[in-house]
Formats: sequence, C-alpha cells, structure tokens
Amino acid sequence: MAKMTFETALKQLEEIVAQLESGNLPLEEALKKFEEGTKLSKFCSQKLEETEKRIMMLTRQADGEVTETPFEA
Amino acid sequence: MQTHIYTVTELTQNIKDLLEETFPILWISGEISNLSRPASGHFYFTLKDEKAQIRAVLFKGQARNLSFRLEDGLTIVGMGRISVYAPQGQYQVIFETIEPKGRGALQLAFEQLKAKLAQEGLFDPSHKKPLPYLPRRVCIVTSPTGAVIHDMIQIMGRRCPTVPIQIIPVRVQGQGAEVEIAAALELANRRDEADVLVIARGGGSLEDLQPFNTETLARAIHASRIPVVSAVGHETDYTIADFVADIRAPTPSAAAELIVPERESLKTALFNLERRARTGIERTIAQLMQRLKSLDERLASPRKRFLTDRLLAIDDLHIRSVRALDRILAFSRERLRHYERTLSAYHPRRWIQYHRVQLERFDREMNAYMHKIIDDKRYFLRRLEATLTALSPLAILERGYSITQTIPDQHIVLSADTIVPDDRVSVRLFRGSLICRVERTLHGQDDV
Repeated sequence: MAKMTFETALKQLEEIVAQLESGNLPLEEALKKFEEGTKLSKFCSQKLEETEKRIMMLTRQADGEVTETPFEA
Repeated sequence: MQTHIYTVTELTQNIKDLLEETFPILWISGEISNLSRPASGHFYFTLKDEKAQIRAVLFKGQARNLSFRLEDGLTIVGMGRISVYAPQGQYQVIFETIEPKGRGALQLAFEQLKAKLAQEGLFDPSHKKPLPYLPRRVCIVTSPTGAVIHDMIQIMGRRCPTVPIQIIPVRVQGQGAEVEIAAALELANRRDEADVLVIARGGGSLEDLQPFNTETLARAIHASRIPVVSAVGHETDYTIADFVADIRAPTPSAAAELIVPERESLKTALFNLERRARTGIERTIAQLMQRLKSLDERLASPRKRFLTDRLLAIDDLHIRSVRALDRILAFSRERLRHYERTLSAYHPRRWIQYHRVQLERFDREMNAYMHKIIDDKRYFLRRLEATLTALSPLAILERGYSITQTIPDQHIVLSADTIVPDDRVSVRLFRGSLICRVERTLHGQDDV
C-alpha cells in the first residue's frame, strides 16, 4: 500500500464491497476480502484525516535556492 | 528666364526634400501584400487599397515591439514617414508602429497564437491528463497577495481541510510575468510534491491577461507532467493557457471546488461502503451458518440420515434403471427396425414367387416329358399287343388249330406216345372245348 492513492484504494474498496454483496465467495475468501476492505477503508479514512503543515510557500532566494516557509494568508 | 536643367540627383534630392518635409509623420491604412522578410530581419511589403499601392518597410527594431505577426492580407493602420531612396528612385513608407485595423493588436495576436498552437496539437484532448481524485498536495501558482489566493485557501479548507497546499508566488501581470509563471511550473514539476497544479489569477483586461496568452506559458503548461488547471480571469475570459491546460476552471474559486473533493461526502461514501461490506460478509456468514446447521442436523441423526441416504439411493437407482430401460428399449426398437428392414428384403413372397415359376416350368417340362414317355410306351404296347396277338395260341385256334391237354393234369399233349386209349383229354378249340376219350393212338407222322 506504499504507493496507493486515495482513488485506487476507494476503487478497490468498491469492488470488494460488490463481491461481498454478491454472496458468492467462499468463507475463507470472503473473510480475506473483508479484512482487505477494512484495511482499505481505514487507509481512505486516514487519508481524509491526515493533517500536516498545510499551507507552505515556495520561494526562490537571490542565490537561487528554493525555500519553504509557512504561508500566512 | 533661363530654363533650369536638373541633374537626376538634384531632382531626386528636391523630391526627397519635398516629400519628406511634407510628410514627416503620417498615419496610413491599407492591406499588406508581397510581405517578405530577408535575412536582415526587416519587413518589406506593399500596402494597397483598391486603386493604388505604396512600398513600405518596418525595420527589425520596430518589428520587435509588435505583439502580433504581420501577414499578407492583413489590413493595418500604421504610423510612419515617407522616405525617398535616391539610388533606386523609389519612395516608401517607413513605419514606426503598426496595428491591425478593426480589432486590437492583442486580440489578433491571441488569435494568431491560438491558431498556431492548435495546429501544433497543443490543445489536443489526447494530451489532457486527468486530475487526481483526492490530491496528495495542491500547488497554486499565483500572486501571494489579494483575494484570489485567500478565497481559494478558504474554499479548499472548507471542502477538505487535510489536503496540503503549496504556493509558488509569481507576478500575474506585466512584462515578463509569463516567464515567472513558466519557471514556477517547472519548479513544481522538478520537486514533484504536488499532483495537481493551479495557475490562478483574477479577472482583468485583455492587456492584464497578456502573460496567459503567451507562447512561453503555453509551452510550459504543455510540458508539465503534473496536470495543470488554469483558473484565470472571469468565466467569460478565455486565455491561451485555458486551451493548453488539462482543465479550465471558469474562476479561481471554481478551481478550488474542482480540485479537492468534499471530505464530508467522501466520508459518507466510505461509511456506506463499510456498512455494505459488513452486511455482505454477515449475509455470507449467515448463509454458511444455515448450511452448517442443516449438515449438523443430518449428522446428529444417523438413522434418519441412513434412511435419507437409502431413499436417495432408491430414487437414484429408480432414475437410473428407468433411464437404462429406456436406453435398452430404444436400442431394441432400433434393432427391430433393422431386422424388419432386413427381413422384408428376404421376404418369402419373393422366394415363393421365384420357386413357383421354377416349379411351373418343371411341371410343364415334366408333363411334356411324361406325355411323350406315355405315348412312346403306349405305342410300344400296341406293337407288343399286336405281336402278342399274333403269337397268341388263341389266334392259332382261330385259324382252326386246337390244343389237347390231359385231364386233369392239363399237360399239353404234344405226342401220341403220352396217351393211351381210353385216356380222357380235353381239346381246346377257338370257341369252347371238347372232352374226348381216346379211341386209339397212332404214332406215325402221316397217319392222320
């Protein structure tokens, strides 16, 4: 899940839900899918809750170096 | 008064003075034709209307200030002066500045650039990159002061407060602004932290938006690996940047709405998905439990299971036997049909018919043969009968002979020696017989 984006996770989650809803899965697989779905859901939730220094400004200094400073609106 | 005779140079100089002093500055309008631009970089063309034409030139230095491209057929208004070129004896307009007639120079430049880039394929939908659903980080290239960035931050914060925002401050109007913006795009691509780029600027005049109508910026947007949203001006303002960008947002505020999803609705969607997943797995488990239960029941009652199994076995056997019978029947029926067909090929009717014909033929032949034999035999018999008749003693008797026989021995008497007198003999005649008594016997041949 290192490179997973919110979108792909959401898409996978949707697929898994559809499979679980079909009721055709053997128990083992259903449980595996459910577990996977739970993970994806958690991942998506985390993505939505993630907080970090939100607004930064990139400026190029006179010496050409780019610096990052918090932006105050 | 003596007539003055001019030299060519003298006259030309006079004309030159006259013309150049009379028209030190003039405005002229006409249509460009025969446009050429030699290696010198100066523009040479003919300016014409319906009835006349005049040579014209725009030097490289002045041409540099032009925002649009000169081209044949273009009707222009320009300011310049008349110049006479003595070595060629030609006069021409030397333009200081030229503007397209009827519309603004910027407007024309816009249209010319748009046509050029469109032809190069910079606006092709195939180049358009999709925006991420939930951006990792949004990079906004805009002026760090003013309402635009403020509004965008507010809207994005309201919709999804967790998406990080990166701002690259640039000038968004004035000479060289496009270079700054292009550099900002390049910087964002190099750092590769954001997965969506927004170029934002509030509304303004066509002149104000000029940096967004430059080829420099157009190419920088086109080169960006990160999807670019253009959010320049008002809803009605279209810039070249809008055409090249992956998505055009009508306004910066609209761009803010476009690039980040509403977190609350995503949360709701996620919650619904979770609920559905749970319902799904619960139903799967319930179904499996049900099956387990029924298996369990069968397991718990071996007698019942035994019976059930037997019943099933009987049913199965029944079905199988019926099927087998059906198969055998079908097979036998088929064989029967085969034999019937074979049999009818050997039906006795044919045989009888054949043999009857044979028989009849034999019969006929045999009859004919028999008749012939009978006839032959009959004929033979007749002849035998005739012979017999001829030989018969009776026939002799008919001729008067008679047969003497002893009594009672009935020996035929051939010699008188065998008889003595008083012997009784019978004499057979042609008709009837005589019983006689011998008187005497005579033994000589001729004694009769």
